[in-house]
Amino acid sequence: MKLVDEFRDPALARALAARVVARATRPWTVMEVCGGQTHAIVAHALDALVAERIALLHGPGCPVCVTPLETLDRAQRFALDGGGILCTFGDMLRVPGSAGDLFAARARGADVRVVYAPLDAARLAARTPERPVCFLAVGFETTAPAVAVAARWARQQRLDNFFLLVSHVRVPPALEAIAGAPDARVDAFLAAGHVCTVMGTAEYEPIARRFRKPIVATGFEPVDILHGLALAVEQLERGEARVEVQYERAVRPGGNPAARALVDEVFEVADRAWRGVGVLPRGGLVLRAAYAALDAERAFPALADVAVAESPECRAGEVLRGALRPPDCPAYGRRCTPEHPLGAPMVSSEGACAAYFRFRAAESAA
Amino acid sequence: MSDAPDTGALASPSCPAPAEADRVTLAHGAGAGASARLFEERVWPAFANAALGARHDGAVLAAPADGARLAVTTDSFVVRPLFFPGGDIGRLAVHGTLNDLAMCGARPLALTCALVLEEGLPLATLSRVIASIGAAAAAAGVPVVTGDTKVVERGKGDGVYVNTTGVGAVPAGRSLLPARVAPGDALLVSGPLAEHGAAVLSVREDVGFEGAFASDCTWLGPLVETLLEAVPSVHCLRDPTRGGLGAALHEIAAAAGAEIELDEAALPVREPVAAACELLGIDPLFLASEGRFAAWLPEADAERALAVLRAHPDGAGAVRVGRVAAGRARVVVRSRMGTRRLLVLPSGDPLPRIC
Repeated sequence: MKLVDEFRDPALARALAARVVARATRPWTVMEVCGGQTHAIVAHALDALVAERIALLHGPGCPVCVTPLETLDRAQRFALDGGGILCTFGDMLRVPGSAGDLFAARARGADVRVVYAPLDAARLAARTPERPVCFLAVGFETTAPAVAVAARWARQQRLDNFFLLVSHVRVPPALEAIAGAPDARVDAFLAAGHVCTVMGTAEYEPIARRFRKPIVATGFEPVDILHGLALAVEQLERGEARVEVQYERAVRPGGNPAARALVDEVFEVADRAWRGVGVLPRGGLVLRAAYAALDAERAFPALADVAVAESPECRAGEVLRGALRPPDCPAYGRRCTPEHPLGAPMVSSEGACAAYFRFRAAESAA
Repeated sequence: MSDAPDTGALASPSCPAPAEADRVTLAHGAGAGASARLFEERVWPAFANAALGARHDGAVLAAPADGARLAVTTDSFVVRPLFFPGGDIGRLAVHGTLNDLAMCGARPLALTCALVLEEGLPLATLSRVIASIGAAAAAAGVPVVTGDTKVVERGKGDGVYVNTTGVGAVPAGRSLLPARVAPGDALLVSGPLAEHGAAVLSVREDVGFEGAFASDCTWLGPLVETLLEAVPSVHCLRDPTRGGLGAALHEIAAAAGAEIELDEAALPVREPVAAACELLGIDPLFLASEGRFAAWLPEADAERALAVLRAHPDGAGAVRVGRVAAGRARVVVRSRMGTRRLLVLPSGDPLPRIC
């Protein structure tokens, strides 16, 4: 497959892994921010190729994992009590809320539908004017533009039955929180390349300077990740802490101005709770006043009334901060599996626990 | 919960809505007049054969030749939409069951067909499904010898459910069994994977890939006979339907008590399918094929088997994808990077993911 196979080239990957190991004069700890990167690392066992010198920590970049339990419970409530249609991305269906996942809600009669693009949910609302349609809008800066497109279209069409349950989050505040934590162990970050494709790299500059940590905007294929690691290690060895772009084929310093303008039209930055992490200042996006009519929580005040019950056994917060490796969690693979997840990281295609379970299970394939 | 059933499966948007008289009603399942008319007007013309013509409670079949053993398999078909690129539920119901017989090394003798219809289904849609069943069975030379029709209330079905049972004869001396898979076996697949799953997914979840794919839905009998006659040492065949090759390998590894190693770089997945899977975040290893099989056989016969498969139009894309090793019952993938990882089954159906 063009633009994929080149970046899965084994010889190139091995050469880059060798470069990483050769350049590192001491052990370094690098965090890959995005869950998509985590999956590539675990699926191809890239960590094994550089294990001699590099410890990889898995970051918080799974939008499904950091969506607060309240939001999931509200989505369930909308679908079960409101007679409405809840639309969301496929990954969200298996994430456990306080009372089961959205599949369970569907079995109890809720109308829950998987969409691939948020605009499909708005179009569904246009086709079913008699029923409220709500899109559960989760994701990082990558998915926000697509949601903004749907919001703008719904407003242009004057739809009065389309709503958004928004839980959009921003990457930079999470990096600040991790880099500034008292138990911070991270020497450098591989930032999420697709987030930078939209947002550019300017907002990472102050973080790299303030915390003296290299930040490399990195892609998602094995060659990307190993190349990003090589760039990060070379900065560390030179004593530098700059923002650098590995994912050059997709990232411009200014990002995608059209997408940013769309996001800026529909959303504004606000403090936001991340599941397992807590409230991050400026950690997410909320609808601007001009789009408040689309806000499901405002249109359906009853959604506010949910009693949240998090599994006491789930240590997702530590996993998301890179403080706990999934296999080191006592519940991993025993009380918590993809079939019976205690927390979101065991569910999502981006979740670190799921990545380990899916590709390593409870044993080694070596 | 929606009270109205999803009519997408019931009525094509381009057709005018049929009048009540042109739809399935509960009377069609009541056993009396309307049922009989349904059979005479719509079922019999598509299936006409001697056994069905006896109008008896069941079919009486001739015993197979000396030394042959009987194989029986059954499958219920629930697919949305009923008509998808490259096939439909009727064709799928015939090929699916005939292919299961072929995986047993059996030559088909007869099929049964039971239909569960949803009240309100346009009779024209039913006729299309029945015609498709009839055509697929006739093309394979297999009579539909007995059947049944039931009607469920509107909203309690997905248009049409089809159950087919197949009876076949396994020639003397032939034995294909998961337990015969042994360390040292080569693993082949007969062609590109995941095509049926991608085709159905493309028209299902509003993903908008219509036109790019067609299901590989095919009767595998002729290809299997060609292979088994040329290479009788084959240990086991399995068609990777629901759950894809990934699920099939897990089943065989467990039954054989051996490790199956899959070579990721060798897996045949056509470009559009691979690209769609990449976009949707779905592993083609877990998407269904309906016209492919995996074969386990002694390594010494692998090259000959590949040549035989490739010489047949239904096996032109056959390749070797792995091997069986001594060890615990598990499936290991050798990645393109040369690293090894366990293949773990996903829970539930593949769903498009967020990013």
